[in-house]
Amino acid sequence: MNENFIQINGISKHFGNVKAVDDVSFSIKEGEFFSLLGPSGCGKTTLLRLLAGFEYPTNGNLLIDGSDITALPPDKRPTNMVFQNYAIFPHINVEQNIKFGLRKLGLTDDEIKKRVDDVLALVKLEGYEERFSGQLSGGQRQRVALARALVRQPKVLLLDEPLGALDKKLRDEMQLELRTLQKEIGITFVFVTHDQQEAISMSDRVAVMSEGKIQQLSAPNELYKNPENIFVSDFIGETNFLKASTKSKDGEHINVAIEDLGDFKVKNNLNIPENSSDVVCSVRPESMMISRDKSDWDICLEAKINQTSYLGEMTRFYVEVSGINKVITVSSQHFDNQSFENNTCFISISLEDISLLQKK
Amino acid sequence: MNEKNSSLLVYTLIYFGFLYIPVLFLPIFSFNDANYMSFPLAGFTTDHYEEMWSKRNLHKALWASVKVGVVASVVSTAIALLAAKAFVRYKFRGQNVSYGAIMMPFLIPEIILAVSILIIWINLGLPLGLVPVTIGHILFCTPFAMLILIARIEGFDFSLEEASRDLGENAWGTFYRVSLPLYLPGIIAALLLSFIISFDEFILAFFLSGSDATLPMYMWNQMRFVKKLPHVLALGAVIIVFTTFIVLLAFWLRNVGQGKEKQDIAIKL
Amino acid sequence: MFQAWRNLYSKSDNAKAYSLLSPALFLIILVMLIPMALMLSFSSFTQVSMMEIDFTPTFQRYIDFFEKSLLVSLLIKSVKISFIVTLITLLTAYPVCYYIAFYVKKNKMLWLVLLTLPFWTSYLLRVFSWKIILGTKGVFNSTLLGAGIISEPLTFLMYSEEAVIITLTHAWAAFALLPLYVSLEKIDFSYIEAARDLGLSKFEVFWKVTFPLSLPGVIGAILIIFIPTVGDYVTPALIGGTEGRMLSNMIQAYFGKINNIPLGAASATIMLTTVILITAIVSYTTKRLTQRLS
Repeated sequence: MNENFIQINGISKHFGNVKAVDDVSFSIKEGEFFSLLGPSGCGKTTLLRLLAGFEYPTNGNLLIDGSDITALPPDKRPTNMVFQNYAIFPHINVEQNIKFGLRKLGLTDDEIKKRVDDVLALVKLEGYEERFSGQLSGGQRQRVALARALVRQPKVLLLDEPLGALDKKLRDEMQLELRTLQKEIGITFVFVTHDQQEAISMSDRVAVMSEGKIQQLSAPNELYKNPENIFVSDFIGETNFLKASTKSKDGEHINVAIEDLGDFKVKNNLNIPENSSDVVCSVRPESMMISRDKSDWDICLEAKINQTSYLGEMTRFYVEVSGINKVITVSSQHFDNQSFENNTCFISISLEDISLLQKK
Repeated sequence: MNEKNSSLLVYTLIYFGFLYIPVLFLPIFSFNDANYMSFPLAGFTTDHYEEMWSKRNLHKALWASVKVGVVASVVSTAIALLAAKAFVRYKFRGQNVSYGAIMMPFLIPEIILAVSILIIWINLGLPLGLVPVTIGHILFCTPFAMLILIARIEGFDFSLEEASRDLGENAWGTFYRVSLPLYLPGIIAALLLSFIISFDEFILAFFLSGSDATLPMYMWNQMRFVKKLPHVLALGAVIIVFTTFIVLLAFWLRNVGQGKEKQDIAIKL
Repeated sequence: MFQAWRNLYSKSDNAKAYSLLSPALFLIILVMLIPMALMLSFSSFTQVSMMEIDFTPTFQRYIDFFEKSLLVSLLIKSVKISFIVTLITLLTAYPVCYYIAFYVKKNKMLWLVLLTLPFWTSYLLRVFSWKIILGTKGVFNSTLLGAGIISEPLTFLMYSEEAVIITLTHAWAAFALLPLYVSLEKIDFSYIEAARDLGLSKFEVFWKVTFPLSLPGVIGAILIIFIPTVGDYVTPALIGGTEGRMLSNMIQAYFGKINNIPLGAASATIMLTTVILITAIVSYTTKRLTQRLS
């Protein structure tokens, strides 16, 4: 497998004074399901459009499979795209849509027929050849868009939030289908989404973007477990931030003073220097517990609970710890279902899963 | 608002009467067997229509108007299509100024356009005739065509064009296979309506046509002779019916495949 | 080289937009702006004889214009007629558009077509139809004579300022209807409901909400009626006679049988300048007025 199948070298894209993509470099592996994840305006769609050739970079160059595509127009690139709104041509039917991109490939009629039949089977759209875009459901349109791009057998398939327009249930189904399909055909997928759950559940690797830069590029579970900065920690899943400052190192661990809580020893994966006051501890909801009685966890604090709001998997508590108001989010499994409001109770934190992060 | 307002309705109906009735006198008197256009009607005749078959100059003028109209509508629609796309697709510096400049011929008194083209044409030593009329009509039709096309292209999903580029078509292939078929109803509407504007246009033709009369010029020349008026009426009636037909066709085309039925021709004025 | 050019080209929306606009702008510059600039320069020349023009620059043509009381009075009359026509057209067309925008629910399309159709029909024929109505032996006179109301045809109907005003009002009505209708149609009805909810009377709602919101259409209508009617040629020539003559008829004469192109060019320039000045003032004051209203 080619580790550097897609190479993005120092790419910037400026629109006037706005740096949509700001000096980004990374590589995507061949056959990988790669996601660009971030909030709207983070530059992920611009980066995808740079790969497709709809935008040209202000600086830097792009390589796919060893050849420089930076200056190539979209029709000369080995990429195909599934558009956010699918962009199914409304004036021609499904079959003609799928055949649209085959005209210039120099295939014989038999080859065209075979490819169309194969791709229709692949996306399970047999029997829909004569339909027009207006006669299709959202999910079917999405399949047409997918078929139309895949039938050209691109080296890279670009997907611009393709599931965004679907309702929740259909989206979950399509996630699984897309993932299975990608493994089946082995084409490199570059998938843009703002939905962290989507990116995490489908991708081999995820690049989290913010303000035109890559914040972290790693496997999905790493993003959650070992966020490299506050943005990623905050963007991926729920978390609780505790202000802290570092003291002396102790092997792979470091001693920190967590504000209002005292001194503790935690993992130092990011190799944060000693005596730094600009650090925070990120504690995931499942590493916290609220109980009536004192626990034997690493940290156990007495607190007064002013208000709770139930969020499903998690519950938010508005608490008072030593006279200071705090908001904490705790996994709903980790407390017994009694009303805690206006009661004194204990907040426990497991040090095992704390991530120590540096402020910018 | 579900309430009725009958006084406004009555007023509106009277207003439409004022708008439409005067024009209806043309067809009415065109069948009247008299040289004067007065009541009571003298009797029914189709002589004035039959007369049109024999008028050599009329045929010549009709042919001239058709030629000018076809060239002017095709050229102005082509220019307007590109301009309309620029305004709908892009945000760019000087957008309002460019828009104002292109709409100008629509606002400036036509006589001023006519006179300035006349001056430059004579001073270039070129003969008056259908060529300067056509050029003037292209100038005059372009803003109309652009308004129609903008109304049609607005809301067009430009990712369709990107999808075509992505699927391996170059710019021309994309225009031919995607943009053109989707813009087509708008383009035809723009063609038809610019043709009608050119076909009915008088002032530019009056100053620039020299001895090559267009149809409105022909009518103008005939209007001066009382004896020829009935024949002008017949011609006028035919032109009104023809124009109405073309305009209705253009409206219908403009709305084909468009959910909203807004006649927002003037929306950008 | 080509790649570099394409790169540069595709970098900017400005470049893409202007390459699409270039034919239109080229047309405007070549067929409108340059000829108008030439017209302006001709207004500073002198017609020596039928075929001969002295190209020494002079302001004399403008002095000539203002010394000829006929031209000045025609200019004033043109502006006056256009002003009256614009006012009448707006006042009469506004309720119609208001009705269609707010009251018509069924067959709206039919009303819209009725509204738009006259816009496209031959201007010359629309004017001509009034000649049939107002003529000495026309519809109006013959009907009145036939009914015995009058014994002699009313000659003042034709060839008067009033005749020109009526005809122009009819001929340009379509140009007021469209912008007015569009601006009224666009008004979100919840504004009106909100105003009613806040305790304004129907009358107050109109003056404080509906009318100010329809002002873009009003200004649009003023522009597309006032400017072209000042320079109208057909109506005064067909209907106006000597009484209803306007400046355009003289401009035409200078380019035609009088053959004084520089004076014609000066007259046209003065007409254009007047029109631009007046419309600038009108749209400015209308905007100020709205700000005060709301």
